[in-house]
Amino acid sequence: MGKVIVVTSGKGGVGKTTSTAAIGAALAQRNEKVVVVDFDVGLRNLDLVMGAERRVVYDLINVIQGEAKLSQALIRDKRLQTLFLLAASQTRDKDKLTPEGVEHVIANLRKAFDWVICDSPAGIERGATLAMRHADAAIVVTNPEVSSVRDSDRIIGLLDSKTLKAEQGEPMEKHLLLNRYDPTRAATGEMLNVEDVLEILSIPLLGVIPESMDVLRASNIGLPVTLIANGGPTSKAYFDAARRLSGEAVPMTIPSEKLGFFGKIFGRKAA
Amino acid sequence: MRLLRFFGRRPSASAARERLQVLLAHERASVGGNDLVTILRDEILAVLEKHVKIESRQVHVKMERGAQISTLAVDIEIPFDTGVRAA
Repeated sequence: MGKVIVVTSGKGGVGKTTSTAAIGAALAQRNEKVVVVDFDVGLRNLDLVMGAERRVVYDLINVIQGEAKLSQALIRDKRLQTLFLLAASQTRDKDKLTPEGVEHVIANLRKAFDWVICDSPAGIERGATLAMRHADAAIVVTNPEVSSVRDSDRIIGLLDSKTLKAEQGEPMEKHLLLNRYDPTRAATGEMLNVEDVLEILSIPLLGVIPESMDVLRASNIGLPVTLIANGGPTSKAYFDAARRLSGEAVPMTIPSEKLGFFGKIFGRKAA
Repeated sequence: MRLLRFFGRRPSASAARERLQVLLAHERASVGGNDLVTILRDEILAVLEKHVKIESRQVHVKMERGAQISTLAVDIEIPFDTGVRAA
């Protein structure tokens, strides 16, 4: 039986889809069978970030409505044999995403895959609550910025109350993925640092992903960041996060500032 | 010595942290509509309405949520001729 993970955040634009694709591709490179599922009905983008936008024939709603078999809707990645995508519908009504339908699809995916990674839509409405409903664990993607942290706190509350696991009285496994981290600005006190966010949200840290041009470049060409050849620190941070998700003890690397001569004299804090 | 301090500007991240800590302490407590300050506001107004006829524009409610204490100020204009007399 595979493990179901929801990638969620509350706030939009913090990097849920990028992180879903990157962690999915990282796990698949360990020869584990992975499916990434887009729950953002009407505003799908995981297909684009995965570079599979021209190969979507059937989607999640088609499967739920019985118009296609699950096997017909799964799109195999062209680069990784063990990576699959289940796209969201771009045109259909999001009310077609029914609790029973989602339950059925997730149950079948769980049987066929080692990892089922659900990319949640932003917000706290139906799509987001259904994406987290059957999860065994959650990755909460947060940017070091006040509105993102506040929304993450809200999502953590929902994970602890509205998921099946929570309703059965079991603890919900939650991981913080701190994304778009700028070590220089954190060091000068212009941006919330890792400790600040951890203290406020108090859930275990899965990884810190540094802000990088690699992310935009990878999405431009439809490649998960962890599939870039000779990947930089961002790719490495996602690989480490994927290993921690699998239960490996990987030492945490917090991106550190790179200060020049001037910065070394004036920039560092004294304490 | 921090460059920003040197020029007299306080780093903003500490302000962000403090604001979030206060805000989230209240939001966590108020999930499910059981926020004490809100309950008090509604119940105080309900009690007042039993004794005096008041209109909403005569009531001014101010809430200030702090880290350690919150304050609730209810300011009501009670008209003279409401029929309420000393016994």
